[in-house]
Amino acid sequence: MITLEGVTKVYNLGSVQVTALDGVDLSIDEGEMVAVMGVSGSGKSTLMNIVGCLDVPTSGSYSLDGQDVGAMNDNRLAYVRNRKVGFVFQTYNLLPRLSALANVELPLLYGRGRRNRRQRAREALERVGLGDRMRHKPAELSGGQQQRVGIARALVKEPAILLADEPTGNLDSRSSEEIIDMLIRLNREEGITVVVVTHSPEIAARTDRVISMLDGRIVSDETTERTR
Amino acid sequence: MNPLDTGLSALTSLWANKLRSGLTVLGIVIGVAAVISLMSIGRGAQASITETIQSLGTNLLFVQPGSSSFGGIFFGQGSASTLTLDDAEAIADSLSDSSVAAVAPELNSSGQIVYGRENTFTQVLGVTPEYLDVRNMNLATGSFISDGHVTGRSEVAVLGSYTSESLFGLRDPVGQTIKINDRRFTVIGVLDSEGGGPFGLFDDQILAPITTVYYRLAAQRTTRGEIAVDSISVQVKDESLMDQAEGEIATLLRLRHRLTGEDDFTINNQQDTLETLEETTDTFVMFLGAIAGISLLVGGIGIMNIMLVSVTERTREIGIRKAMGATRRDILVQFMSEAIFLSIVGGGVGVLVGVTISRLIDDKTLLNQTFQTVFSGDIVVLALLVSAAIGLFFGIYPAMRAARQHPIDALRYE
Repeated sequence: MITLEGVTKVYNLGSVQVTALDGVDLSIDEGEMVAVMGVSGSGKSTLMNIVGCLDVPTSGSYSLDGQDVGAMNDNRLAYVRNRKVGFVFQTYNLLPRLSALANVELPLLYGRGRRNRRQRAREALERVGLGDRMRHKPAELSGGQQQRVGIARALVKEPAILLADEPTGNLDSRSSEEIIDMLIRLNREEGITVVVVTHSPEIAARTDRVISMLDGRIVSDETTERTR
Repeated sequence: MNPLDTGLSALTSLWANKLRSGLTVLGIVIGVAAVISLMSIGRGAQASITETIQSLGTNLLFVQPGSSSFGGIFFGQGSASTLTLDDAEAIADSLSDSSVAAVAPELNSSGQIVYGRENTFTQVLGVTPEYLDVRNMNLATGSFISDGHVTGRSEVAVLGSYTSESLFGLRDPVGQTIKINDRRFTVIGVLDSEGGGPFGLFDDQILAPITTVYYRLAAQRTTRGEIAVDSISVQVKDESLMDQAEGEIATLLRLRHRLTGEDDFTINNQQDTLETLEETTDTFVMFLGAIAGISLLVGGIGIMNIMLVSVTERTREIGIRKAMGATRRDILVQFMSEAIFLSIVGGGVGVLVGVTISRLIDDKTLLNQTFQTVFSGDIVVLALLVSAAIGLFFGIYPAMRAARQHPIDALRYE
């Protein structure tokens, strides 16, 4: 469902040109759980941005669910982000002024399918076990709870793919465990495709497939045995 | 986003910065209040000027003799004695069925007025009984010149309030005898003070029967022995009939004077004078409004300033919203609606403050100046529209900056 062919991304930083991705070929099937690893500057964030339709490749082609993303304008990209992609961020990226419920409702404000907003947001929060924290502001929640609000927000539009960029980077080990368990459960039980960027070998070990990156290239792509 | 969500979202984010939003709104409030109060002061001044003119009656036409010439040298308008009392009577008789309500001919003269040891020099106006109504004047005491006085060339006089005061002080002049150019006249009445009027002109005059003035006081005679008049005031039945009346009078006079070429009279329209004056005062009111508009402009710049700060502060929020699928348009509308909300609230409160100010200073004397304010709905609509337009104009640039943010850069913004 995700197919990248010869994807290159070059950033113009004034006089210097930085090649963040250098001819990446990658394909991820529906229902896979993939970990992307690599040191800082290896290009994994750029890969995530392109997969998440936040950015378009300089050259090469990327198709998501059979649609050519490279040829899309800003509005189409916004639409695809809204309908097909759920983002989970390292820093949660919740809006501090809004309650957990309102934060989860946010993607439902945009694009099509705005009916039963409140109800759908409530259900998404219940799915991540925060049914009793709906009226709380992010500052009134623990880090782990905030990240679960983030996951509920990513899920509320029933996306085809969940992209998690270092989802446990700011969490203690117990909360990290909870979040990873939740992502794995979503993948195994609900069949959601999950791509998670991580530094942590423990997390990578629990996924089906580990992709390692260096200098904008994929250096290894290993499918592991499913572990429980 | 639907309009309700947009409105709620704008409200929440403005409410989150209450003081800042309040101060921004204050800029617009001051601007709108200034526009409204200054314009209603201007309108008030305009109204009092118009009122003065209208006190003469707006449905008046003034017929005056044309200019006379001698050897190619033209004298001023009214210098010829081409209009007669018969012309005035003809206008009254033949046009009373169509457009003319009343006709008041006048003959100007002047003289030395003596009462006992007091004396003064003033204008003596020969008039007919219609003069009082046509000129919208009232008697303070006594009675006015009657038709009998006119036909009998009676030596009676009605005094202007100022003239009466300067000759008689506080005594009652009615029944007293005064001398005008050594002729004895009996005072039969005193006019009410007209107040304003140009230079208090209408208060310092003496009215006498037109025939008396012609035969006893005036020097000029027509060649045909008719009574010449200096001007004929024609009261038209309705303001809408002004043009018709003007045409009918002109036709009648041309016939009577057997004119084929140029007219030997001119007809002046009170309405024309009023319109010219209103144009002038309109400019004055707009000028006041424009000055106040500058403060509204400053308020608008305040909105733009605060919106730019807000866009920068909320770069991350913009990134999050974009990642969640907000289009450029969604972001644009969100920030625009905040700016417009600020300006409309400012406009609304400004209207209330402006109306209150103009009510408070109405008929009050400040710095030796009595203010009259006229307040009307169109000023409110104008002020609200202008403030909404200002929100739109000054909100669009910050909102476009917000909408143009690249989602990745915006998400990374610290």
